[in-house]
Amino acid sequence: MFQFCADPSILPDWQWFACYLTSGTHLAFYRSFLVVMLLLVVVAPLALGMGMLGALALRSHFLPFNWVGQGYVNLVRGVPDIVFFLFVPIALGQGIEWVLHQINCPDWDQPIRQGNDFIVCREAKMPPVGASAWVRNVYGFAMAVVAFALVFGAFVANTLYGAMRAVPRAQIETAEAYGMTRAQAFRRIVLPQMWVFALPGLSNIWQILIKSTPLLFLLGIQDAVFWARELGGAKTSLFTYPHPDWRVWYFMALLVFYLFLTWASERGFGWLTLRMSHGQATAEGERLRRKAVA
Amino acid sequence: MRTCAESFQSYVLRPLGRDYGENLLPRGLDITFCDQLFLIGGGLIWNVYFAGVAIFFGFFLATAVALAKFSQSPWLNRPAGAFVFFFRGSPLFIQFFFFYSAFVLLPRVGIEIPLGFTTLTLHTSALTTAQVGALFVLILNTTAYSAELFYGALRAIPKGDLEAADAYGLTGFARFRRIVWPNMLRLSWPSYTNEAIFLTHSTTLVFLSAFPARQQSGEAFYYARYFVDQTFNPFVAYPLVAAYFILLTLAIIGTFGLVNIRLNRHLPRPQRARIRFRPQYLR
Repeated sequence: MFQFCADPSILPDWQWFACYLTSGTHLAFYRSFLVVMLLLVVVAPLALGMGMLGALALRSHFLPFNWVGQGYVNLVRGVPDIVFFLFVPIALGQGIEWVLHQINCPDWDQPIRQGNDFIVCREAKMPPVGASAWVRNVYGFAMAVVAFALVFGAFVANTLYGAMRAVPRAQIETAEAYGMTRAQAFRRIVLPQMWVFALPGLSNIWQILIKSTPLLFLLGIQDAVFWARELGGAKTSLFTYPHPDWRVWYFMALLVFYLFLTWASERGFGWLTLRMSHGQATAEGERLRRKAVA
Repeated sequence: MRTCAESFQSYVLRPLGRDYGENLLPRGLDITFCDQLFLIGGGLIWNVYFAGVAIFFGFFLATAVALAKFSQSPWLNRPAGAFVFFFRGSPLFIQFFFFYSAFVLLPRVGIEIPLGFTTLTLHTSALTTAQVGALFVLILNTTAYSAELFYGALRAIPKGDLEAADAYGLTGFARFRRIVWPNMLRLSWPSYTNEAIFLTHSTTLVFLSAFPARQQSGEAFYYARYFVDQTFNPFVAYPLVAAYFILLTLAIIGTFGLVNIRLNRHLPRPQRARIRFRPQYLR
């Protein structure tokens, strides 16, 4: 990165660190924080969508939908989320390959599962044979996103379901008095008002989501944990930048990063709650209304 | 091929170490369904150990931390608040990594603790094992989360109860033991149940992070992952471990529910808080 980095072994301390912290692997380490942020940004809307579907299923009067909703929410809650994070990508990957295999190679005569091998024909391989590393990374990341969305969708479904039921009954009765159907009342009355009730729950789920992003490491994605382990381990003099075991400092940096992230989002949600309370039939909304009049 | 009874013999206690079963874990094509059933089931011993011991110590520590956070003195509430913020604000997974890499750097010494009748020697190297080091992290972690729940409950203790305590002339420890503490537990118990469930679930992370599984003795999920790596078939081991955890979760709900009934026994029936498996996700 810098001109003087040609031979790090003769540099004074501060220049050594300047070179060390801007080496190629360190730049990859910094980029991996962006991967974490990207995961958060992608998963949040997907989980919200899944949660909405789940909540609608829980509300549904049609029994099979209701059962699906109940089963989904309770299953995810009763099982450690890590089981889903590891199960979903591999099961989904095999599922996709199996479907492609059925479509592309109908005259394949061998069984797919032979002993401990999962064998599909060449055309059914996902990502395709000879795909670039870039495609492989995106595929792996997308699998992780699906797993996260599935788990957090169940959490969100529970919260949204509770929030829908928390909208004051009188509001819905008023809508009925105006002759609205159940669907209309839901769309015009419940949906706009439920968010203020959902917000504390959603804020908690967001915090849990932030704190489960390091589990990406277990899915073989080169995230911040991977690089912290890689870079922190003791390096012998064979390396350009030899140093003893510094993992503790790297993980401390990660802890600080996550503490900052959770702290900042707590502030963010506080601000959002205040905004959402405007014009709501709650104590906070009433206070804001008085303030506006005064 | 082994029969089911043989698998039971060989593997159900294998998670405790090599001395309690077969030397080697089953490998490759040799793996039967019963192997998976019993080895994963045996692994639950460690999940119960980690969760049980952490909840036991965490409960008392959390009471202390919650009281410190609730106290008026900044010398007490600032450090308690910082402790809770640190452990609640960062991922447990990274806490494991951080503490493990810190424990590795500790000088290897034995610390002598005189107990009167005998002297207990603690080696710092024990902290690099999962059974001690990871347990230490789990205790601190659950202390922070439970302390936050207890702190919220302390703030919500009905004013009338405290006034009644004053009217009876209760002060100091008697006031705490008879009025504050039971109320705090009663109010926080449904959320505390959820915390216990979450903690039990997070014991699956112990061997996935830095802590080594010596002699391949790990907890249930460690074995489930081992089997999936060996057979490349996620549809047996993962559903098995999921089923075991659902049973464990139900057991926790049952046990904590009994405590909840006792804590609420003085209240008229409709007012009693029920433990519902629809938590306000606090973790």
